[in-house]
Amino acid sequence: MQHLSKISAVTLLFVMFLVTSCGDEEPMDVLTDNFDRSAMLEFWADDIMIPSITHYVEELGGLANSQEHFANNPSIESLNLLRSQWLTAYNAWQEVSLFDIGKAEEVGLRNYTNIYPTNVDLIESNIATQAYNLMLPSNYAAQGFPAMDYLLFGLRSDDAELVQQLSSQQYAQYLSDIIQNLVMLSEEVLDDWTGGYREIFVANNGSSATSSVDKLVNDFLFYYERFFRAGKVGIPAGIFSGSENGLAVEAPYASIYSKMLFTTALDAIERFYDGIGYGANTTNGPSLYDYIFHIVESNNTAPIHDTIKDQWSVVREQLDVVSTSFKNQVETDNIQMLKLYDELQKVVVIMKVDMMQALNIKIDYVDADGD
Amino acid sequence: MEIRQLAQYQQQTQSAAPLAVIRILFGLLMIISLLRFWYHGWIEKLYILPQFHFHYFGFSQVSISPNYIYGLFILCGISALGVALGFKYRSAITLFFLSFTYIELLDKTTYLNHYYFVSVFAFLLIWLPANCYYAYDASKDNRVVAQYIPQWNVDILKLFLAIVYIYAGAAKLNYDWMVNAMPLSIWLPSKFDIPFLGSIMDERWVHYLFSWGGALYDLSIVFLLLYRKTRIFGFFLVVVFHLLTRVLFPIGMFPYIMIVSTLLFFGPQFHQRILAIISKITTIKKDHFDNGNTTQMSTFAAISKWVLTITIVLQLIIPLRSHLFTDNVYWTEIGYRFSWRVMLMEKTGYANFKIVNEETGKRFYVQNDDFLTAFQQKQMSTQPDFIIEYAHYLGNHFEAQGHGDVAVYVESYASLNGRPSQVYIDPNVNLRELDNNPFYRPYILPLND
Repeated sequence: MQHLSKISAVTLLFVMFLVTSCGDEEPMDVLTDNFDRSAMLEFWADDIMIPSITHYVEELGGLANSQEHFANNPSIESLNLLRSQWLTAYNAWQEVSLFDIGKAEEVGLRNYTNIYPTNVDLIESNIATQAYNLMLPSNYAAQGFPAMDYLLFGLRSDDAELVQQLSSQQYAQYLSDIIQNLVMLSEEVLDDWTGGYREIFVANNGSSATSSVDKLVNDFLFYYERFFRAGKVGIPAGIFSGSENGLAVEAPYASIYSKMLFTTALDAIERFYDGIGYGANTTNGPSLYDYIFHIVESNNTAPIHDTIKDQWSVVREQLDVVSTSFKNQVETDNIQMLKLYDELQKVVVIMKVDMMQALNIKIDYVDADGD
Repeated sequence: MEIRQLAQYQQQTQSAAPLAVIRILFGLLMIISLLRFWYHGWIEKLYILPQFHFHYFGFSQVSISPNYIYGLFILCGISALGVALGFKYRSAITLFFLSFTYIELLDKTTYLNHYYFVSVFAFLLIWLPANCYYAYDASKDNRVVAQYIPQWNVDILKLFLAIVYIYAGAAKLNYDWMVNAMPLSIWLPSKFDIPFLGSIMDERWVHYLFSWGGALYDLSIVFLLLYRKTRIFGFFLVVVFHLLTRVLFPIGMFPYIMIVSTLLFFGPQFHQRILAIISKITTIKKDHFDNGNTTQMSTFAAISKWVLTITIVLQLIIPLRSHLFTDNVYWTEIGYRFSWRVMLMEKTGYANFKIVNEETGKRFYVQNDDFLTAFQQKQMSTQPDFIIEYAHYLGNHFEAQGHGDVAVYVESYASLNGRPSQVYIDPNVNLRELDNNPFYRPYILPLND
């Protein structure tokens, strides 16, 4: 009998472990500890991401109108209006680019919006043949804001000639097509957010690698490293090639704006990190800063939440030294650009190493066993 | 123990049932593990997709064409089936050991203590007569059948388990684990969404409870299992402990392997019961094997005794090697592997490689994405031997590309158990000029606490 009871005890335990081991696919009731991640996700969605994307969609609408106005009334004045609206929309994009999640990730929004350096030959051949499919990956580098930068600022040095050429049927059509493509894609992303994705995003408040916090933090880091640090500064400064390339900056044809675009992106990054709501009536909410603070405070480890913030101040100090035109800076005194890169790089190290360790979020999560 | 007592001990016999049960369950678990590995797409992800593999010291020649990798896994699975059935057992377990170990040697990125455990356990099983009872071999050949085996045949497996647990427990008796409750203080708060316990996972006392409890468990479990009176309680702890780790950490098959292994500590009647159940399911009667014989002394058995003794001695020595070469095994990772240091550190790193042509002065940085998978990058950035091997690879690659006689430097940072990140490898050393010496790594900068 004693053995029988042993057997039954063992059987019971085995059943127990079968039950527990089956549980990893199913969502479980989420109990909250002392940091409210759900509130953070709600704040990110309602006060940062959705307002940013809404604003971006509005500015693209404005861009489409300006283009139409220019096509109907070509003049230097309407050209300048179009250019100015392009800049406004491009700045609005900088506040959206870091949230490559949900529909934006699915459709590859960034690929259609901001791949640079733009491919001038491809743009010209598309315009000449008038046979192009903007949805094809092969056309990533022939559209978006960089293509408009070329068309609005780089095509002709004389504005009067530019007005004439841009208002010609083929050029006007291409400009209109690439703007409409952005309008369509961004509306798709916004509709997804308002049509149910917001609830999915907020509800996915667990700790798995596919949870919203883990994913967005990974996306944020990826954006910071790849598109912000490397794309805007590192690649033009020749970090990865050994030789600087002025044409690789963002908006090289209107390069006086390259620093402004960078600054807008940095502002958006810091606001997201600090938990500052988007728009005029800004609110503060739970943020990555608070989350890291919660962890390092309870574990009594180094205050990296402040280290990260402090380093961004250093970045801004170095940014003051850099010319408004990154192209100019790279071509005349690349050392300052390399210094800017170094300061940006320091944040990568703190975020990828210290922050990710503190939050226990895995970088580019690979599902594999540990021990 | 006196010589006479030792001789006497060697004469003692016991039922062959425990060894048969372990053989069957081990074989089946291995089949499940391999299928699971395949199912998750890890064969492709870990062995086919990477364009470059990290090698163990002394095994740089181990490689396999992508065309054959699935074949190797199939071979490993079939031999595991042979082990479970006791079919051509000696060949099956040998083949299993070789194929499994070969897979592990392909890329040290995938190193896990539990894979190493499987290799050593399989190696021990090669030398034990696990096919003499309730096995296909024994059912076909009466000369193989034996109801009894020398007691040390089972004891040696228990001894190996004792080494694993006690070394794992002793390794936990370090400052980070006991005083700072690290790395559990990092891991547990992110488990806020597990049932029942989620809400207390960021409490300090929970981190200490788990740290101290884990150390106490590892150090005491073998003794609880050895004594009849505490055995059931001990096994209950085994199940609870390993299932808890299963819930908390992505730990794969390891909990089940350990739970099954500890069944060895139960007496023969318990194993007879399990075989009776298996017998009912398979309708293969076990009476045939109850012939009252003991395995006979053979040349093989004589050799086995020596091989197993040496293996156990090595198992006692190998985990201690780090103490000869380093004062912080977690930072330098000298002697870290193969020493049952399980779940003892959270290390995060970042390694940025700089290629410099010293003649022309031209320099640029490497995008690690171009060469390594995300998983390889993660492992590489915290382990010095990976960094050196990768640097050599990069140097050769860029030289072949026509960048001249390049030097390779690394800007690397690592953070250990919640400490602020600090520079890891000397950034002023051309890594191409370094040997990948497993015991001597002067290029690692000291850890500042």
